[in-house]
Amino acid sequence: MIDQFPALQIMVPLVAAPICVMIRNPRWSWVCAMVASTLAFLISIILLQQVMANGVIRYAVGGWAAPSGIEYYIDAMNAAVLVLVSGISAVVLVYAYRSVAKSVPAEKHYLFYTAWLMCVCGLLGIVITGDAFNVFVFLEISSLSMYTLISFGQDRRALTASFRYLVLGSVGASFILIGIGFLYAATGTLNMTDLAARIPDSESQRAVLVAFSFLTMGVLIKSAVFPLHAWLPNAYTFAPVAVTAFLAGTATKVSLYVLLRFFFSVFGKDYSFGQHLLNGVLLPAAVAGFVLMSLVAIFQNDLRRMLAYSSVAQVGYIVAGFSLATQSGLTAGIVHVVNHGMVKASLFMAVGCILYRVGHVHTPSLDNLMKRMPFTCVAFIISGMGLIGVPLTVGFVSKFTLIEASLEKGWWAIAALVLLSSLMAIVYVGRVIEIMVFRRSRETGPESSGMCEAPLSMLVPLYVLVGVSLYFGINGSATLEVAGRAASFLLGGLQ
Amino acid sequence: MNPLWTLVPPLAVIPFILFFGEKRKNLREGSIIIAGLVLLLINNGIYTDVMAGIPVESGELALLADFSLKLSAEPMGVVFGLLASFLWVVTTVYSIGYMRGHHEINQTRFYVCFAIALAAVMGAAYADNLLTLFVAYEVITISTYPLVTHAGGDGARKAGRIYLGILMGTSIGFLLPAIIWVAAAAGTLDFVPGGVLADAGIGKGAMAVLLALFLFGIAKAGIMPFHRWLPAAMVAPTPVSALLHAVAVVKTGVFSVLKIVTYTFGIDTVTVTGAAHWLLPVAAFTVLAASIVAFTKDNLKARLAYSTISQLSYILLAALLATVMSVSGGVLHIVMHAFGKITLFFCAGAIMVALHKSEISKMNGIGRRMPLTMGAFFIGAISIIGLPPTGGSWSKLLIAGGSLDSGTIIWVSVLMLSTLLNIAYLLPIPLRAFLRPDPDLQPGETATWQEAPYACLWAIALTATSCVLLFLYPRPLTELIGLIQWR
Repeated sequence: MIDQFPALQIMVPLVAAPICVMIRNPRWSWVCAMVASTLAFLISIILLQQVMANGVIRYAVGGWAAPSGIEYYIDAMNAAVLVLVSGISAVVLVYAYRSVAKSVPAEKHYLFYTAWLMCVCGLLGIVITGDAFNVFVFLEISSLSMYTLISFGQDRRALTASFRYLVLGSVGASFILIGIGFLYAATGTLNMTDLAARIPDSESQRAVLVAFSFLTMGVLIKSAVFPLHAWLPNAYTFAPVAVTAFLAGTATKVSLYVLLRFFFSVFGKDYSFGQHLLNGVLLPAAVAGFVLMSLVAIFQNDLRRMLAYSSVAQVGYIVAGFSLATQSGLTAGIVHVVNHGMVKASLFMAVGCILYRVGHVHTPSLDNLMKRMPFTCVAFIISGMGLIGVPLTVGFVSKFTLIEASLEKGWWAIAALVLLSSLMAIVYVGRVIEIMVFRRSRETGPESSGMCEAPLSMLVPLYVLVGVSLYFGINGSATLEVAGRAASFLLGGLQ
Repeated sequence: MNPLWTLVPPLAVIPFILFFGEKRKNLREGSIIIAGLVLLLINNGIYTDVMAGIPVESGELALLADFSLKLSAEPMGVVFGLLASFLWVVTTVYSIGYMRGHHEINQTRFYVCFAIALAAVMGAAYADNLLTLFVAYEVITISTYPLVTHAGGDGARKAGRIYLGILMGTSIGFLLPAIIWVAAAAGTLDFVPGGVLADAGIGKGAMAVLLALFLFGIAKAGIMPFHRWLPAAMVAPTPVSALLHAVAVVKTGVFSVLKIVTYTFGIDTVTVTGAAHWLLPVAAFTVLAASIVAFTKDNLKARLAYSTISQLSYILLAALLATVMSVSGGVLHIVMHAFGKITLFFCAGAIMVALHKSEISKMNGIGRRMPLTMGAFFIGAISIIGLPPTGGSWSKLLIAGGSLDSGTIIWVSVLMLSTLLNIAYLLPIPLRAFLRPDPDLQPGETATWQEAPYACLWAIALTATSCVLLFLYPRPLTELIGLIQWR
């Protein structure tokens, strides 16, 4: 049984999705999605434990051995991402029940949860597979369901946001497909382990280079690295907030995983960062991203849009860590993938709670919210501190590691700019907190004075996530160990 | 005794504060006083252990891969821990009178944040490494921010923005990179007697930059140009100004500098590399400039705030001179200044509660209505100036003596000049209160006593007496400071 877990990881959500369509009942389709998500989460935890204990797991799908068949390949790196994706999906689904009930018409609920499951299945598939073409297949599954999920938004602008993402996302996906095609032409294989072995000896190095460029562009679009982030702010703003919470925690993170997998495992560190100076492209984009996008976030009056720009900035930190291409740099990047996933998901969940009760998230009109929704506000403040990188939150762990890594490589300017953008984070998070907590309400009608906290089914998952992120903020060595292991796997190449 | 115990009373009292709330004020404040006394006992236990040479350490919590949170007690920290816990009790007694007399709002939030800040101060006092110190430092900033914005008006929010902006900005912009630099260069963040940087391969110029990052990064120590938060924070209720902005917050700042100079750099490394050479003038400038600005302030709390900035830079000067005598003087000055300044702040609050006056120019003749308060103010002022028979004279003597070791008389003359300035801006206040006629009185009418509530008076009497007692019996303190391992 336990041998089949890699397949079950994908099969559970994949099978649950059509069941959801058949159920058609809002409540029971939610139950179905919930059960599938929880199972996927449990499976991913067991997989992570196995990988940490016994090393790499290789699983031949359908019993067809690797070069011809599709292989699932799990090491510390993607096992951690599997836990992140399925965990956030499970937590946010609990939360989605009430949140979605309010924003999506009841007769469409089963479609919503179907799309959700397909999205989870796609994301998990991208992460777990060891086959380059399979990555593309799962990428399309997740992308299409993501477009659908975004278009469920209440605001009609959700449709244009979704369409915009569809256009850019398709461009990105086609680039990835073209890249994979060239790789196949140059090496005659699609299996990542084989690719890694054959790329250095391939006779058509030009084709490999073309593949490398297409893949890079495609993945950068999908992971919303500045300046290719244009799809992200609107998509995050207008999607149903539960979807945003899920996507912010997982979607870009999975694309970043693809980036790591291709650059480090398939092409190899020396090819990506040595010959072709990827850091000449990645690093400037990453640095410009976290500085400029933090600056832009300061001026946003919609809470969701502010967080969306902050997400682009955080992707910048992660990519900056990757482009250091050292053990500590990769560790910092990977640990921030997980840490930021938790923080951003919980922030968007808090925003969803506000949206649920107040009906809007226009920052300047949220005065004195602390009196009305104290629990939501406290959760927002704690997670906001995580975004800034205050000690005892996960943000501190990742920023400390990132700065240490860049100092270790002697890149002072990077360290200074990371700090600068942290200072900007103080401004944009601090501004919201100040309005929420300390500004007196202008209208003092009776309706604005009483407590109206979000329902428990939204608060509990929010606090679960906040609690987990606090735990990993205080005991940062736990995540750092997994990330460090993952980094050494990546630098060591595929075994 | 495990130093972790010091975190327990301030944190454990929070549920009680919330539970009793506004409705049962006596129980709420009673529980805080009990917690304060327990904390004092725990600190006293640590003190006896340290005096007896028993190591006082907690377990470790791995926050990062190579660095962990850990508490341990050494003499400097014990001095600070004892001081803060003693004054917490006194301030609570005082604020019972003040907050009620002044009808402040949101008192429960006030006491909760106060308690968190105090727990963090304990964490800073017993920090075993730079990481722990940094964590505690940031927790203090965040937990005191709601105290500054307590009133909630536009002015308070603006002050809060300055407060958080400067303290967080400098700590993340300068202090954090300095700490990470030490981690990268020395491979350890532990506080070790003699420092860890001597063989870390940092050049002389880089060493000066590193020390500057620490000095400006710890803006809680109020060095110019990062001092603006302190006057801004004076919008807070007086007990906050008293404990936090004369004792806990600012003293955490100078304490951190002293500790970093002694245990991260090592006083020998500082002198050998001449790292402090370019920073001494900055500290000296702050001493004088803040004294001069204090002159121009008519608001009593603002004048006291600038006086604090000036006094803090005495300690920074002492730390940068980096001799055994000067640093000991700096540690002693943490205590002496704390007692003097808290007395002055208490008096300022008492005047506010009893007579609703905050401007010095309106304080003519109030000495006849509030003789006890103004008498205590006089003692506190004498101690800040550094004259016998008050404790302030000992620490000033040590710092001055230490500064003579540096071979020039510049620094000692800065200190003396500043002393003259102290006399000129502090002593006129009690003189005005006692000697000038009271404009509110008709000729022939005699003044009636209008003292602040008893709770305030008790607190004032206690701290003022302590100023004198510290002059007469400084031995326990100096013996403790004598245990510091310099090398």
